[in-house]
Amino acid sequence: MEDLFQGYKGDALETLKKYNVRVWGKTHIVTTRGEFDGTILPRAENDDDQHIVLKIDTGYNIGINITTIKEMKETGYKKANYKVPEKEFPYTEGQPKVKLFGTGGTIASRLDYRTGAVIPAFSPGELYGSVPELADICNLTTEKVFAVFSENMGPQQYISLAIAIGKEIENGVDGIIIAHGTDTLHHTAAALTYMVQDLPVPVVLVGSQRSSDRPSSDAALNLMHSAIAAGHGDIAEVMVCMFGPTSDEYGFLHRGTRVRKMHSSYRSTFRTLGDTPLATVTRKGVNAIKKKYNHRRKDKNVKILPYFEEKVTILYYYPNMQPDIIDALVNCGYKGIIIAGTGLGHVNKPVYPALKRAVEKGVHIFMTVQTLWGYTHMFVYDTGRDLMAMGVVPLDNMLPEAAYIKLGWALGQTNDRQEVIDIMETPINDETTKREPYNGYLLYQGGVPEVEQFVKNFRK
Amino acid sequence: MSTKITPKQNYELTRQQIGYIDRRLATPEDYRRIGFKSGLEVHQQLATKEKLFCHCPCGVFQKNGDYDAEVIRHMRPAMSELGGYDGTALMEFKTRKNIIYRINNETACTYEVDDTPPFKINPEALEIALKISLLSKLNVVGEVHITRKQYLDGSIPTGFQRTAILGVNGHIQLRNKKVNLIQLSIEEDSCREIADVGHERWYKTDRLGMPLIETVTAPELVTPDELREAAEYIRFLNRSTGLVRTGMGAGREDVNVSCRGGSRVEIKGVAHNKWIPELSHNEAFRQWALLHIRKLLLERIKKEKWQVNHMELDPHEFKFTYLPLVECKEKKHKIIAINIPEFKGFLSHFTQPDQVFADEISQRLKVIACIEKPNMIHSEQEDLSISDHDFATIRTYLNAKNNDAQIIIWGPEEDMETAIETVVERCEMIFDGVPNETRKSLPNGTTIFERVLPGADRMYPDTDSCPIPLSNEYIEKLGKDLPQDISERIELLSKWGVPEDAYHFILSKNIFPVIEEICERFKFDPKRVAIFFGHTYKNIAGKQKAHTDFNYRKLIGLFKFIHEKGLHINIAKYLLPILFQHPSMEFNSMLTALKFKKRSLDELAAPIDFLTEKYRDIRKTDDKEEAANWIMGQLHKQAIGNIELRDLREIIDKRLQ
Repeated sequence: MEDLFQGYKGDALETLKKYNVRVWGKTHIVTTRGEFDGTILPRAENDDDQHIVLKIDTGYNIGINITTIKEMKETGYKKANYKVPEKEFPYTEGQPKVKLFGTGGTIASRLDYRTGAVIPAFSPGELYGSVPELADICNLTTEKVFAVFSENMGPQQYISLAIAIGKEIENGVDGIIIAHGTDTLHHTAAALTYMVQDLPVPVVLVGSQRSSDRPSSDAALNLMHSAIAAGHGDIAEVMVCMFGPTSDEYGFLHRGTRVRKMHSSYRSTFRTLGDTPLATVTRKGVNAIKKKYNHRRKDKNVKILPYFEEKVTILYYYPNMQPDIIDALVNCGYKGIIIAGTGLGHVNKPVYPALKRAVEKGVHIFMTVQTLWGYTHMFVYDTGRDLMAMGVVPLDNMLPEAAYIKLGWALGQTNDRQEVIDIMETPINDETTKREPYNGYLLYQGGVPEVEQFVKNFRK
Repeated sequence: MSTKITPKQNYELTRQQIGYIDRRLATPEDYRRIGFKSGLEVHQQLATKEKLFCHCPCGVFQKNGDYDAEVIRHMRPAMSELGGYDGTALMEFKTRKNIIYRINNETACTYEVDDTPPFKINPEALEIALKISLLSKLNVVGEVHITRKQYLDGSIPTGFQRTAILGVNGHIQLRNKKVNLIQLSIEEDSCREIADVGHERWYKTDRLGMPLIETVTAPELVTPDELREAAEYIRFLNRSTGLVRTGMGAGREDVNVSCRGGSRVEIKGVAHNKWIPELSHNEAFRQWALLHIRKLLLERIKKEKWQVNHMELDPHEFKFTYLPLVECKEKKHKIIAINIPEFKGFLSHFTQPDQVFADEISQRLKVIACIEKPNMIHSEQEDLSISDHDFATIRTYLNAKNNDAQIIIWGPEEDMETAIETVVERCEMIFDGVPNETRKSLPNGTTIFERVLPGADRMYPDTDSCPIPLSNEYIEKLGKDLPQDISERIELLSKWGVPEDAYHFILSKNIFPVIEEICERFKFDPKRVAIFFGHTYKNIAGKQKAHTDFNYRKLIGLFKFIHEKGLHINIAKYLLPILFQHPSMEFNSMLTALKFKKRSLDELAAPIDFLTEKYRDIRKTDDKEEAANWIMGQLHKQAIGNIELRDLREIIDKRLQ
């Protein structure tokens, strides 16, 4: 049965029922604050039960306090139908075949007027209806693998995606796009880098920082960039494709293991840490920045390694950390711990015994740095040496998130201490690098004249 | 043989045919004849410290070149919750503009450039706006819902303006009529445009996000003067709170005008109310003219049969000497000739003073196809710019009939499809009457095309913010702290006998409460005080720049001093210029500067007899009036501040009897 009172509850729901007025009903309301006319809209579920939402003739929404209502009368009914114009995606001879996997998230979303929130949803037809330019780039097919927000992505989803990618490559696709929420985009990118190896075609993860229901959304341009990278680019790796600058200018292709979301809301939030991005991408094509990368191939010899152990965690170290935290993790059955340590990879003395106990119980503990840039250097201070002696293994310049995912993936395959260490220490695609280039760490500060000059003239 | 149109004559002829008259000669009857109808959207900036949805400062402005960074954005249309795309949205998308924002770190943060979601609405702004809603007799909503209103011109980097309705169904009382108010909304102000050339448009973000209210009247104003009166009334009402911004751009009007059978056309951003009558007058007649063209066209052809054809011209084939056409060769631009069937006499048809229908097409080419002017030539312009021979060839190529008109356009290849569409679309619109659009005002009282008028389809709920409940207690509390109605103030001024020419200044500068306070506290005659402000103070304020320390409190202090010293109020006029320039000076010192001495009526009247004698010696006539004037002149200065001059004059007149 149709819900006549979408989102209304408690007193507000009673009021609608009392006056026999439905959602989408055109209604005349007499209140102690005067008279109002409009269409009753659904109410966001988390809003209170003291108001009714009305769309007035001029298109605006207003709320009416139910305690002021003296009289209400439905004078008509017109249900709105929110639908992106759906057109069949055209096929163009000679264009690359690209598959888009939908996972949910902002890039593939629209407004839900019941909750007032953005919900994941996007059919291929809708996609074409919104970004028709895609048809000039590739022949696109889409598949909704699942519809979850970025923060709800997890091992299950990584595994399904890896398997789905393998199948598509088998089917002879020229490139794969994965539309994904941005919050954990870099986790998924790392996971797929480990799970899908020896790629013959690009796998491009893309998201957007502004929902596609907004005129200035970065979704359309990110999608176009990702279609270029997936369909035409020569870099056959797992990559993240997002805005380079905040302006609508060009995108970056980031290596899946070195990328991180660095701002809660900026469009240019994704950055490659400790290295340069792989490439820039515009609507005209991909321009490689890095000289070495995995080139596109004609074969279909991809390796799918879909393993994951869920009992792995990241421990973000802070001063005065108590050892009971580590004991608790061990007692809860955690098999692997990635520590994001201070400085060169340190934690305080009081937790040493707990770490020791954990290693003795077979827990795999690795060290990364919470500075994000730079390497662990555990030989420099005694503290580092002590930690290593206890069995904590440093992971060089592996990002904590990339390390967390890798440890889960490694423990999904083996529990043997040495094998795990070998897997962790052998880079699959630059999760650790031997060198940090001089331009791998660029965090300039405003206010300095030369930086201001750069920002004014070049940083759009 | 084709009969040639003489553009100037045709302009004059069609101007007469539609009955255009100069506004100064127009009567209400003229407006009834064309069915003049109009309404207003009055925008008013609020005097808050911070912007509406972030904590950037308000009212700090930058010069065009004073910026720290630039951000580029493109706007794509999004869909409304009712499932439609908005007309303007699609048009703006067609134009493919690079929007460039110039950001100054002092006045813009990451919110302005849409890299951070909104912060909580500024409560100071909300409170001011609610007070004005109550003053406007609006029904205040129970809960404020922030809505997104799409603007794809780039004037807001998000592509939408955050706005919310605070009240609906209010009214204002004009002199002879009650005018309904549809609604009042609170919204964020937009960017200021720096330039718009070809496919690029620049904005600065200093004004962006400042709190603004918009009061919308019903379309009930039936003459340009009534329209202006309503605009003034709303401005006075807003200012009566003392909580709104004044000065350049702080108050702006969008004027909606139509004539009978016409359409709602919005003249945007009129900065001065005195421009409203001329602009609305011309707009109503522009629509009247378009309807006249429609009538003539429909007599000639049905819309279904009307078919435009066009062709590309090879610049090598013709001997073009007109520079823009000559340059096309070098720039590799395309030249397109378009034949518009049955349009002869329309391209030079009057639309507004010094504008013809062809201008409407040219203006749209600039805005929609991004082709800078000059962007077309046509068969009905004074100097055709190409040879008769070339033109005849083009007409032949186009299979042009005698009753057809021709337009030649040029520009970059990638813009020409939109350009041709734009020309055809504007001509085709004649069949349906007057297109809905927004227009930009020019200083001479005419307007040019700005954009297609957006509809209600461009409203979306803002998913970044929560509804804000307005409790009864809060609204009641605000209601207790309101100034009186402007209509009441006007009534009081009239009751006191203040001349009408003083009202405008008193109300527009919100001096009324000052007058009231002075009269209440010091028991002066309100008429006298009102005239002091409406004439004397206005005069000096209009001519000189006040010392920065000068304010209304100082003026209240002046009257307090006059009252406490037992001086006569007529000295205020003489103290004012000193106070205006030296607001920190002691009032007693000012008296000294004026060489004031305290004197009674008797003392002042004492020399009258002596002066009468003296006048006899120097007199030119025996006229008693002149004698009295002369004596008055001798005593005038000493009398100021001491007595009512009229009383002294009476004594003089009596003595001369």
